[in-house]
Amino acid sequence: MSINDADHVVTVPAVHRRRLPAFLRSPGGVFGAGWLVLVIVLSFTAGFWRPYGINEQDLANRFALPGADHWLGTDEMGRDLLSRILTAGAQPLLTSALTVLVAFGLGIPMALLAAEHGPRFERWFSRLSEILLALPGMIILLAVIGAVGVRLNIVMTVLGVMISAAVYRVMLGVAKSVRQRLYVDAARVNGLGSLRVNVKYVVPGMATVMAVQAAQLFGIAILIQSGLAFMGFGPPSPQPSWGGMIGDASQQVYNAPWLMVPTGVVLALTVVAANALADAIAGQVAGERPVARRRRRKATRGGAEAREGETFAADTVPADQVPADTVPADRAPVLDVRDLTVAVDDGPATVTDVSFSLRAGRVLGLVGESGCGKTMTARALIGLLPDGVAVSGGSIGWQGRDLAALPEDGLRAIRGREIAMISQEPMVALDPMFSVAYQLTVPIRRFRGVGRGEARRIAAELLNQVGIVDAEGVLRSYPHQLSGGMAQRVAIALALTGRPKLLIADEPTTALDVTVQAEILSLLRALVRDTGLSVLIVSHDLGVVADICDDIAVMYAGQVVESGAAAAVLDDPRMPYTMALLAANPHVPEGQPVPERLACIPGTVPPPADWPAGCRFADRCRFAAPECSAPIPLFSAHESGSVRCVRVDEIDRTHLTWEAESLGAEEAADTGVSS
Amino acid sequence: MTAETIAPPALEVRDLVVHYGPKRRRGRTEPAVDGVSFDIGPGETVGLVGESGSGKSTIGKAILGLQPPTSGTIRLNGRDITHMPLRERRSVIADLRVVFQDPYSSLNPAQTIGETLIEPLRILGVGKADGWRRAGETLWSVGLTADALHHYPDQFSGGQRQRIAVARALVCQPRVVVLDEPVSALDLSTQAQVLNLLADLRDQHQYSFLFVAHDLGVVRFLAQRAVVLYRGQIMEAGPVDAVTERPKHPYTAALTASAPVPRPAEQAQRREAREALGVGAAGAAAPSLTGCPFATRCPAADELTRTERPALRLLGESLVACHHATSDGPPEPLGATPG
Repeated sequence: MSINDADHVVTVPAVHRRRLPAFLRSPGGVFGAGWLVLVIVLSFTAGFWRPYGINEQDLANRFALPGADHWLGTDEMGRDLLSRILTAGAQPLLTSALTVLVAFGLGIPMALLAAEHGPRFERWFSRLSEILLALPGMIILLAVIGAVGVRLNIVMTVLGVMISAAVYRVMLGVAKSVRQRLYVDAARVNGLGSLRVNVKYVVPGMATVMAVQAAQLFGIAILIQSGLAFMGFGPPSPQPSWGGMIGDASQQVYNAPWLMVPTGVVLALTVVAANALADAIAGQVAGERPVARRRRRKATRGGAEAREGETFAADTVPADQVPADTVPADRAPVLDVRDLTVAVDDGPATVTDVSFSLRAGRVLGLVGESGCGKTMTARALIGLLPDGVAVSGGSIGWQGRDLAALPEDGLRAIRGREIAMISQEPMVALDPMFSVAYQLTVPIRRFRGVGRGEARRIAAELLNQVGIVDAEGVLRSYPHQLSGGMAQRVAIALALTGRPKLLIADEPTTALDVTVQAEILSLLRALVRDTGLSVLIVSHDLGVVADICDDIAVMYAGQVVESGAAAAVLDDPRMPYTMALLAANPHVPEGQPVPERLACIPGTVPPPADWPAGCRFADRCRFAAPECSAPIPLFSAHESGSVRCVRVDEIDRTHLTWEAESLGAEEAADTGVSS
Repeated sequence: MTAETIAPPALEVRDLVVHYGPKRRRGRTEPAVDGVSFDIGPGETVGLVGESGSGKSTIGKAILGLQPPTSGTIRLNGRDITHMPLRERRSVIADLRVVFQDPYSSLNPAQTIGETLIEPLRILGVGKADGWRRAGETLWSVGLTADALHHYPDQFSGGQRQRIAVARALVCQPRVVVLDEPVSALDLSTQAQVLNLLADLRDQHQYSFLFVAHDLGVVRFLAQRAVVLYRGQIMEAGPVDAVTERPKHPYTAALTASAPVPRPAEQAQRREAREALGVGAAGAAAPSLTGCPFATRCPAADELTRTERPALRLLGESLVACHHATSDGPPEPLGATPG
């Protein structure tokens, strides 16, 4: 979607944006649009090509079946069905379009006004639409016919007025949500008038829903119009109409059953086509949403074990080689990830050869910018990768098993019970339909096999454990009644229901206020201290990582580029990327001067397809040299850690640092790169 | 507040009150913004800091005319724009622009960058050729090339989009720009690029920035003065160094101590300092409408705090709304910390 080039250089490929609309790429859409165009063209040109006049009688050939003379057969007076059907088509198509036009012409301005002016207009329009929706439609139409006669334009206009209430209802919601987009606010701040804001910004944002609605209403209007004609309120007798022809055919249904078929099929197909088109347009909208997260993994993992031995030496020094004075001997790694590779089906790998280990009762931080594969790595551990993404190599050692080779059944037994997960948005973990008590007791009963009362007691205990004082009150409440921090506490309690040994926390505090973040971090620290829980925390915030992590692994472009004890890595970074991240951070402890300018990393993280064979950071690195274009192994660093940089010793020896350049020079350098 | 400024303030906000929801319920509910006053001098950057629900974004919206204030006045270059109708606003509005938080929804996906940049100029009556020239120049000043004019927003990364949003704000050469969390949706390295860009623009063109942010570290980088909000009221305001280094209000102290720094040893000390403050957990019971809004979380809250709202008073260099703060710092906790 985005051009991940150097941030200052716009080298956008000249893509022509007028492609085939997405709805024409589905079979339903092609059928719907195709049939409607066919019927419309044939109906409006019927006068020029129809083989027979509409009232031309061939009494010798009454009730003829399809044949060479009459392609669709003839009716009870020997009139040609094909000519009559398509001649009759123009009127329902036109008057239905009129209905849609009237319904939209009233409904959309009402929706736009109500969305713009809020309750004042909305109250009146909503009452009006309620009245219109409460009226019995068919009876009103018949009353109108009684008053003005069979004047279809008037009748269908009245139908449009009644349907406008439904259009208003749907469009109001859409208009409100489009108005909340920031570019609409920006246009208003620019001084754009109300009408232009609506026409240029709001209506285009509503276009897709409008198209869906129009196609559906069109189908409904055709049905109603044909229904009226069937009852005899159509064009006068010799004039053909779809409803009238079906009505006539129904009189002859025993002696000439075929007569019903051609008109019926054309009418039905037209209505179905309108709905298929609506579905296809709606499907295009649904397709724009991200796909639901689903587990997906490949069984093909034969090479993983074979490769392990070869690459082991170059990787992170295993935990058991760590000096005994820093780690108690009983703390062997509980989680040992080796050469983990995650790839998109038929596409590039998004995580390559990632290795790290986590000891019991420790907190490991996976750090990096978005697009570096840290969330993908965390999700791969419990098989929660998005559709089309799978582990394609490496091993995930957990309690003597390899999770990367485990089938879905095995993983399901581990998720929640042994390894639990919390995410950035606590509300995702909580179902708005159920009380906190219900959501906690169900997994407690399943995981711990206890009764209802006992489960409730445990739930209250868990809430106390996550620092909620009023546990009973929170148990009775529903998710929407909780603040963000409280919801994250409940989400953590929910993760603890299965007494996991490892908690994977994916940006657990990113959505929270800074004081709440501090509280949640303290809570996680207390849990680790009191229960011996191990935590894998994914974060882009180096401050959070400095606060809670014992060890960290810095990821860049799908690789671990530096790892080690948190204090070692953050206080004495060896990898230029880690140096740059720290220098770009505006947070300095009190008492230290705030920098005039922050150090920048030019450009953005490259997408997986563009990762070079050599150092993936070289393009953005201030210290890049020719030797950086060869594949870079991990070098031992920070006692027990590693760093992926060939120039690490040289940078260290010459005391190179990643500082902000002097004022003004940054800008000049930026534009200089762009040529 | 800034009596020493000689020129009239570029933006003046006085006793601003904003209520959401229907008028008839206003007596009973807490307003989103409750009596906020501050000035921004020409070329000055003021940081408006607070957590969610503090009313900081609402103040930005009220200034921009996107949310009508209940009472109070807003003056731009000395001219009252509080209730100015849109049509009249258009003539003065060239001096007031905005950059929003989300670079993805703040650009119209159906318009090219050129169309987005030209539009405000056309409203001001700038000719087409002149408009395109100025749009190209503005893009250049935010570090993009003029090629970008012919492309759509979805062809740019988040950082590039935010540069474009800055360009849209600056293309009319405004005097006051409201920056509503302009970097909080960006990655660290991109955030640094955009912060440097804003600092360069501030220094080169003397823009007045109202920098709305939840992150004190970022405010400390860009702003000269900081205004700290809690539940729609100003808790503390003053020079950014005084507010962040020597906070007087217990809430400011909690806020500064909660922002983690990427140095494990120092962070451990700060954590202990924060825990020693004894500030109660967020999301506690709502305070009474007549007392100090921070009373339910404050370790020094007493009967006076709970019943009487403290007025802003000058302590050292900062204005502080606390009965018990002294020029030495926040008040000591009262014995045991309240639950």
